[in-house]
Amino acid sequence: MSDQVRYWAKEIETMPRAQLQDLQLRRFKELATRCYTKVRHYKQKFTDMKITPDDIKTLDDVKKFPITVKADLRDNYPFGLFAEPMENIVRIHASSGTTGKPTVVGYTKHDVDDVWTETMARSLVCAGVWRGDVVQNAYGYGLFTGGLGAHFGCERIGAAVIPMSGGNTERQIMLFQDFGSTVLTATPSFAAYLAEIIKQQKIDRKLIKLHTGVFGAEFWTEKMREKLETAFAEVNATGKFNAIDIYGLSEIEGPGVSNECIFKKGNHIWEDHFLAETIDPKTGEPTAPGEPGELVFSTITKEGIPLVRYTTKDITSLNYEKCDCGRTHVRHAKITGRSDDMMKIKGINVFPSQIEYVLMKIPGVAEHYEIIVERDILDKIKVRVELTPKTFSDSMAELENLKRTIEKELYTTLQINVAVELVAPNTIPRSIGKAKRVIDMRKEG
Amino acid sequence: MVTQISIFLPNRPNQLAKVTGILMKEKVNIRALTVSETSDYGILRMIVSDPDKAQKVLQGSFLVDQTDVIACALKDAPGGLNEIATVLGDSGVNIEYLYAFVGKATQAVLILRVENQMRSKAIDVLGNAGVRIYDPEEIYSM
Repeated sequence: MSDQVRYWAKEIETMPRAQLQDLQLRRFKELATRCYTKVRHYKQKFTDMKITPDDIKTLDDVKKFPITVKADLRDNYPFGLFAEPMENIVRIHASSGTTGKPTVVGYTKHDVDDVWTETMARSLVCAGVWRGDVVQNAYGYGLFTGGLGAHFGCERIGAAVIPMSGGNTERQIMLFQDFGSTVLTATPSFAAYLAEIIKQQKIDRKLIKLHTGVFGAEFWTEKMREKLETAFAEVNATGKFNAIDIYGLSEIEGPGVSNECIFKKGNHIWEDHFLAETIDPKTGEPTAPGEPGELVFSTITKEGIPLVRYTTKDITSLNYEKCDCGRTHVRHAKITGRSDDMMKIKGINVFPSQIEYVLMKIPGVAEHYEIIVERDILDKIKVRVELTPKTFSDSMAELENLKRTIEKELYTTLQINVAVELVAPNTIPRSIGKAKRVIDMRKEG
Repeated sequence: MVTQISIFLPNRPNQLAKVTGILMKEKVNIRALTVSETSDYGILRMIVSDPDKAQKVLQGSFLVDQTDVIACALKDAPGGLNEIATVLGDSGVNIEYLYAFVGKATQAVLILRVENQMRSKAIDVLGNAGVRIYDPEEIYSM
């Protein structure tokens, strides 16, 4: 079932590149026009750079346009970059900003139906999911785009989706058996955890029908793929399992911006909707195909929050060769890192600056802190905070209150649980120059 | 009022020894102590022979705080603590924590920490009930 090449929109997915590029050129021009006429931020930027949508003659002209960064969304919080009035917005999602305020995105009906759900449907089919599959969707439902994005894509292709959301391990495993789920959509770390628990519980493998996992919202490696495929193949009925990478970010749409096919040689970017480039993080100049750079997208068909050359800060390279699956859409390699310090923890974006923002709001907390990320199957994040003579007293209740206050404030801003450890002054190593705040002890994969 | 020294101790080997080593070198005598702990850290609270000196010699290496506590005599006999707890409870004084040590003769010494604004009230009600309140010097040199 999962080793058969299928398409959701064959004509577009296999479109000759010349034709695809014509489409992109036309759509980029439309995007630039929408931004220029409807979004003050872009009107100003284009004017400052003395360019107008009329300057676009070829796709090469794209690089004359300004790069959009996450800070632009923050500076225009919450709706300043929306190109449509609220009457035309049907959905709002948000992800982590770099400080206390989230990054907000809005979708028109067209954005949800024709862009997001459409590319998500293509992504799932590309991964080997089809009508008749039972998809247990363990991405979180809510402001995070993962849950709802995957959900509507499943419905679009006619798969039966179980809106299970994240966590709740015991129930996840019960439904695998009772509902005969064939596909799992989850973060790779949660999937690894589930596989381990299935094994521990010695569940009859005839009851585990899972054949494919569509895993994303975290960075993962080929090694992790091997581990996941082996782990599920050891506990399922067929002894075979495909672990497929899905990629996305809410600024662009959410999950489904790109997806691996069953050949697992890079993620196909749905280029009729997302014009992709890679740029040198230092100079901002485009890097050649095959060369690493920051992945940059222009959302050429989106209306709600159209973005010109938005930099994801994810480091990867592009491969324009036609894939064995027949798709012509460019592939990006597995994300190898970030050009900023964003971390992915349990599928959630976390910036050290968000943690700092929270700590600095709390009186008596010293500027010395350190963030420790561990993976004990599941990701764990701990913040060590130095006490000051001001915050220390003989009262343990007060110290524990301080700890709980910091934990609560961190949860409010980050939406994940962070353990706080209070430590003595001068415990955290001081560094010269840029402080090394994050210790990521997660192993390879 | 008796001054107590509180020290923040990371929950790791050798932290206590570092404190006691400094006090030994500086010839500060420990009269009484108690430790409260969490999984990450503890608070060591001590009555010492010279609290100001203890603070001075420890604060370079540790977080140190001074707190005023009440030292009162406790009958070293059944019902001794009950008497004090009842007197304070009846007067609405909340005890944050306490610890005791055996002093001289048949008297034990009880160290009581109450909320700062309740401290003089606590001393009054204990005094009225006939409980002996110690002077700091008596305790430091006991």
